[in-house]
Formats: sequence, C-alpha cells, structure tokens
Amino acid sequence: MNRPLLACLIALVLLVVLPHLGMGDYYINLFSQILIFALFAASVNLIVGYGGMISLGHAAYLGIAAYSCTWLVTHGYGQLTAALGALMLTTLVAAVFGMLALRATGLSFLMITLALGQIVWGLAYRWVALTNGDNGMALPARPAPFGISLNGATSFYYFALLVFACAIFCIWRMVHSPFGAALKGARDQPRRMSMLGHDVWMIRWLAFILSGFWAGVAGLLFIYYQKFVSPYALSLQQSAEVLLMTILGGAGTLSGPVVGAVIVTLVKNVASSYVERWNALLGLIFVVAVMFMPHGIVPGLVQWRRAATRRKAKAVGLVPPTAEPPRADTPRPAPDAKLERSA
Amino acid sequence: MTGPALEITGLNKRFGGLPVTRDVTITVAPGERRLIIGPNGAGKTTLFNQITGDLRPDSGSIRLFGEELVKVKTSTRVAKGLSRTYQILTLFPQDTLRHNVVLSLLGLRGVRWNPWISLSGRRDLFALAEEALASVGLGDGGTRLVGETSYGERRRLELAMALAQRPKVLLLDEPLAGLSQNERNGVSELLTTIPRDVAIVMIEHDMDVALAFAEQITVLHFGQVIVQGTRADVVADPRTREIYLGE
Repeated sequence: MNRPLLACLIALVLLVVLPHLGMGDYYINLFSQILIFALFAASVNLIVGYGGMISLGHAAYLGIAAYSCTWLVTHGYGQLTAALGALMLTTLVAAVFGMLALRATGLSFLMITLALGQIVWGLAYRWVALTNGDNGMALPARPAPFGISLNGATSFYYFALLVFACAIFCIWRMVHSPFGAALKGARDQPRRMSMLGHDVWMIRWLAFILSGFWAGVAGLLFIYYQKFVSPYALSLQQSAEVLLMTILGGAGTLSGPVVGAVIVTLVKNVASSYVERWNALLGLIFVVAVMFMPHGIVPGLVQWRRAATRRKAKAVGLVPPTAEPPRADTPRPAPDAKLERSA
Repeated sequence: MTGPALEITGLNKRFGGLPVTRDVTITVAPGERRLIIGPNGAGKTTLFNQITGDLRPDSGSIRLFGEELVKVKTSTRVAKGLSRTYQILTLFPQDTLRHNVVLSLLGLRGVRWNPWISLSGRRDLFALAEEALASVGLGDGGTRLVGETSYGERRRLELAMALAQRPKVLLLDEPLAGLSQNERNGVSELLTTIPRDVAIVMIEHDMDVALAFAEQITVLHFGQVIVQGTRADVVADPRTREIYLGE
C-alpha cells in the first residue's frame, strides 16, 4: 500500500472514532465546524491552488446555498427539494459569475470576484423582503435523511463526515484526472496549453463551476449546522478567512486547505475564549507560517522533512550533497507568485 | 490532398503606429519544407503568432486546407492540424517529460474533459508519449522532470510535443536556438525524419542547417515579403544579399 493512501485511511479511522474519545458535545460540534470549513476551503483550493485563480468572493456560494435552502424550506418545500434546489441555484450562479470574472485574469479576476461577492452580500443585507436583512433567516429543522435524526452532536458529526469524505474523494479524483492535469497545465502555461489544443477558458470556467458547487455543498452543511444564516455568511471577511485557510495550509495540495481549516477554526473557537484579540493571534500565525513556509504549512513540512532526511543521509555519507533530485511532487510556488506572472 | 496546406493572403498587423506585418502573402503546399528568414525584428515570430491565433491580424486571411482561421480560437486551429514549437521554451518544468507529452496528446482527445478517471491509469496515452519521446531520441528518461534535463533535451521535448499531435502543418520557431554544434546536428537530423506529409514552416538563423532543409524560402524584412521562391532562386537573388550583407 502506498503511503498517501495509508495516511488517508489512518486519518479516516481517527475521524470516525473521534466522537468516542469521551469529549463533550462542544468539541464534537467544533469538529463538525472544522469539517464544514475544510470542505469550503477545499472548494476554494480547486481554483486558487489548482487553477491559479484567486477568488475573494467565494462566500457568495456558501451563502447562496444556505439562504436558498432556508428560503425553500420555510416556504414549504421538502428538505431534499430544498437541498437540490439550493445546489442547482448555487451552481448556476457560479456559472454566471465565472463567465463574468473569467473575462480577466490575475488581479482583475480577484477584483471581479470580490465585487460580485459584495453584490450578493448587499442583496442579502438590503433585500429584506427576501432575506430578512440583517436579522437573518432561521432553518426550522435539520433534515432527517432516511429517518435518521441529525439533531445530536454526534449524529450530525457523522453526517458531515460522510459528506466531507465523499466530497474530498471526488476532488481527489478530479485532481488526478485528465481534467485536473489540464487545469494545472492551464495554470502553469496557459499559452502553451491552448497551442496544444486545450480550451483554456473553458477549463477555467468548468473548474470555477465545480468549485462553486462544492462551496454550495459546504453551504448546505453550514446551514444544517447553524440552522441560521445572516449576511455575515456572505461577507468579505468570510471569503478572506477561507482564502487564508487555503493559503495557510498550502494551496494546490489536497490536505493543505484541511490543515488550514483546522488551525483557523481552532484559533477562532478555542483561543477566542482565552485571548481577547484572537484575530491578532491568527494574523501572527499567518505571518510566522509565511515567513518559514512561504508555500503553506503542508508543502513546508514536506520540504523540511526532505531536508532532514538529506542531512541525515549526508551525515552517514550515503549521498553526495547535491544528489537529491527534485521529486515529481515538489510543491508548487504559491499562487501569489503566479499573480505576478499573469499580470 | 489538393490545394495549399497553408495559405496566407494580404495579411496586415500594426502595433500602434508600427507595421509589423505588411501585406504578407505566403502559400505552403502540403508536405512542403518552407524556411522563413529575415533580420531581427522582421516580424517572423509575429507572423507565427497570427497563424496560431495568439495575435489577431488587422486584415487579411489565413487558410488551413481552405478553411479560414482568422476568427477561430487557437485550440480549434490545433484540432484542425496546426502545431507549433516555441523559440523561448514553453514547457511544464515541474512535470515529467512523459507528462508534458501526455498534456499534448490530451489536447486533441475528448478524454481531457473527464474529471473522474485516473490519468496515470491511461496506459495507452503514456505508451504513445514514450513513443513520441523515443522518436526524438529521448526514449529512456521519460520519468525525469523537465527541470532536470539539459537545454538540448528540452528542445527535443518541444519537438516531441508538437509531433505527438500528428499535425498537418508544423510551425518551428528557431528549433536550434541556443544549442551547441553537436546538438544542432542531432536536432537537424531529427527534422529530416519528420514524415513527408507534414508541411513544415521554419524560422531559423543557422543558415547551414536551414538551407539544407528548405525547399522554398521566404525572406521577410520590416514585416514585408521581399523575396520568395525556391531555394536556388532566393539565394541567388541580389535583394537577399542586400538584406543580409548590407548595401
């Protein structure tokens, strides 16, 4: 068995037994929250990490899914209809927004996503008749798939874990698929890719839609968990936070956004009960991480370990100092480096 | 096949006030070996960029086997049988040689949209990639990263990526640039092994290689076609000498 697969299985087993380690509901809920944001960050990573397109408006898709699901349920539709309708609407909005944002690349792309995100936020805030404005909307109840109640902390955690695992599996398949290869190629050498017959715009657009879809799935989990959504879910801060998770953990790696989501959510929830200025703490972590691991924590750790094995091998005299060839899975440069190139 | 493979008529392009392509008309027959020469800034690469669709000409027409290309997307032009290599290497340095060629193979296959199957499971594509690499003399080493290879090997990889698509018209932008004399000989030998049904348009400054290779020559100067015709005619033409040797 290869090592990444083994690591995945160990992580999955750990996640499954987690609620049985004698923790209170508070921590189990915290883990559910981490799963939701990890999925959200993974959806952002699709375009930021693999596509090289930095979006600062991704909260829109999380929020649209949450709002539309709530609206449908409160207007008498069933939970399944509401969930499917919310996902369809979110994907559709992502398709339209993607079409607008992809008229540009680099910084201009980022600004358009930001503007579109703010429009959605503004609608949620001001269109009181539809969204109840600042007061937000409450979801009457969590769904009960196949009659299983999700009201307990543990049962909801397992539900979130199941959705999360399925989503990560799909994203993993995509990353290693021909489409994933084309997406990464379009990130690294867009001109060459079109000269090889790839429709770079279409590749990016489809990736954008996929990313919006998974953000919508995260939005459904979000509303089921909170049972309440307010314009804050759509805010710029939400978009920035999820981008921070992705870049902190390591954009363009599968586990990076998950690690980032763990750190940010823990700092937000746990540290905030001890430290008043937890935002500053988060900022400090980010600065330190970027100083020592400019590509994010996961690629940074991989590099450190590689350097350590090299030092050890050198000490034993096994390899000359320059013998270590770069490996195929060498971390990519951070997306901000890409920005300069495409600008 | 009848009719020209590539037919450029009355092509014009200006960068602001600077005309870079002036009323260029070039006709390339199927399987022809065409050399484009001219001093620096003559507009050779700019012409290539218009043929591939990186640049939109101001006026004129570009036809590939009779089909108008000017308003067609680059990727569609490639699907119609156009391929190109770059003077400045444009590769995927963090990927393996094989992966580079596979990206090229994917470009013409519908499977490139599939987000679900495993790419490394597509043995057929990797076998084709190995074949293409072998055909340019990179048979053993497809699993190396492009970043670890020599400049000469990268030039060969550029060729492999273009040839893997089995183009009908191949544009080579200085395929020998930056190579040592030894590597030059190797690559120019390679060029002679390209199947005869592929029409080749080549920009090259190495006259020894280029003249041996070309059947037809077009001389560009300030974006204009100065002389055009068979190798012997163009070499003998006084205007060619004037441009290359000064008045």
